[in-house]
Amino acid sequence: MGMTMTQKILAEHAGLSSVRAGQLVKAKLDMVLGNDITSPVAIKEFMKIGAECVFDTEKIAIVPDHFTPNKDIKSAEQAKFIREFAYKMGIKNYFEIGEMGVEHALLPEKGLVVCGDVVIGADSHTCTYGALGAFSTGVGSTDMAAAMATGEAWFKIPEAIRFVLKGKPGKWVSGKDIILHIIGMIGVDGALYKSMEFTGEGLSHLSMDDRFAMANMAIEAGGKNGIFDVDEKTIEYVKEHSRKAYKIFTADNDAEYVEEYEIDLSGLRPTVAFPHLPENTRSIDEVGDIRIDQVVIGSCTNGRIEDLRMAALVLKGRKVHKGVRCIIIPATQKIWRQAMNEGLFEIFIDAGAAVSTPTCGPCLGGHMGILAKGERAVATTNRNFVGRMGHPESEVYLASPAVAAASAVAGKIASPEDLK
Amino acid sequence: MKVEGKVIKYGDNVDTDVIIPARYLNTSDPSELARHCMEDLDKDFSLKAETCKILVAGKNFGCGSSREHAPIAIKESGIECIIAKTFARIFFRNAINIGLPIIECPEAATDIEPWDTVIVNFETGTITNVTKGRSYVAEAFPDFMKEIMAAGGLIGYIRNMFKKT
Repeated sequence: MGMTMTQKILAEHAGLSSVRAGQLVKAKLDMVLGNDITSPVAIKEFMKIGAECVFDTEKIAIVPDHFTPNKDIKSAEQAKFIREFAYKMGIKNYFEIGEMGVEHALLPEKGLVVCGDVVIGADSHTCTYGALGAFSTGVGSTDMAAAMATGEAWFKIPEAIRFVLKGKPGKWVSGKDIILHIIGMIGVDGALYKSMEFTGEGLSHLSMDDRFAMANMAIEAGGKNGIFDVDEKTIEYVKEHSRKAYKIFTADNDAEYVEEYEIDLSGLRPTVAFPHLPENTRSIDEVGDIRIDQVVIGSCTNGRIEDLRMAALVLKGRKVHKGVRCIIIPATQKIWRQAMNEGLFEIFIDAGAAVSTPTCGPCLGGHMGILAKGERAVATTNRNFVGRMGHPESEVYLASPAVAAASAVAGKIASPEDLK
Repeated sequence: MKVEGKVIKYGDNVDTDVIIPARYLNTSDPSELARHCMEDLDKDFSLKAETCKILVAGKNFGCGSSREHAPIAIKESGIECIIAKTFARIFFRNAINIGLPIIECPEAATDIEPWDTVIVNFETGTITNVTKGRSYVAEAFPDFMKEIMAAGGLIGYIRNMFKKT
């Protein structure tokens, strides 16, 4: 029986020649990640183990990105706690304010994840690195603690769903629209415990930033991981960003998939997920008249340079609608500088948008754009659960950077095609 | 290992943002987290959790964020077991890892009603609804997970492993 791409990567890291779905394996880890919310719990658990040092100071990344720059005293205490641990343990990949970024944009950019790696992170969006042809998945703090001590984690070998992408997406259709469409199609538990494997000639039309956005939201369909075939774009990205050795895995021809979907990208429209689940999707043509109070463009899903360029393309020469707050958050320092050098900030500021330092901030209702009761936001983030961005009676609509920017101008959910 | 108690019940897709909203994640203190557990979904949760030991839910319980604060808050509230149609996978791992027993059983999750008295036997996977006089069978934990549970969670298990080497 053949293996899927995910199964092959896990087999190799477990030291096995083959694995089957359902099998429990212990796999060696290439990177273990935590942030300022999950690491404090992980460090406390790590201390209970009695290990004197971490398994490898180069294979752990700690990124204070959620409530940073710290929003209050308690958050500052948490950040201080993880900083002290990182220094004491000699963790090489601890990124302080000034060099940090939103973790899942930062790690690939720093070359810390490459094709064929196995990565766990105490953050559910760790699945982002599947865009690079790596196996990566979110875990909790205790798993992070155990992994920091042992360099290993247990996994149940997942079944897989195959998504064969065909055709070329239209001008305003991005990776975000494709993944929202897929989540709408299969539901928030449509890929529960499973791998989502993306393949097909349509991949050639998707940039790395599109792929990061798609792999990032595999978790919103319940997926264990989302993973892309490795092609020239992946290799180019990895070579540009990393010196680490990489290994390309491909699914066997007779690999078994529990489901298979063929998606014609040319037929997709910009897509919006309505409150309060990412599966409540509608095409932009079906949204109706939804007035908004805030727009957030950023996050580990859509805070990368192409996302900002797309927002700038829409905002150029236009103004944010009176009464709408448009907050733009480049995901890393490097992206921030790039956007500045490309003149995108001029466009944003002329339009009346605010530009923030990198932070997860409003995505999870942390800071930098919390919603009041009854307020509505269009966000390029990944979740629209009850209370996600603030008051339990506020609403979040998930969309691409192009739709978010167009909505900021229109004052209601809109497509760039609707703007004058 | 057995748990017996009355039931609190919720629906499908209960996400970790409603289990413990991010506005309280500037602490990892279990008792502080427990005070706010489920407050955006059910203001009376902590009151109910004083008398009910078992939480029953629909599909995809614990979806969303990987925050371990969610099972920690539930456990600290006094809940000793969760039965659901299905669990989101990170939540499943986290609950096992912190030693909070959880069990997937669609039949039980559908049939059991709020305030029923239920007994869960983790060795056999049998769930008995004392109030209704019915029982349901779930898959028992694999041995590996039983060992983790017996050690009080993953950290106890790893500590035992370190002691051996």
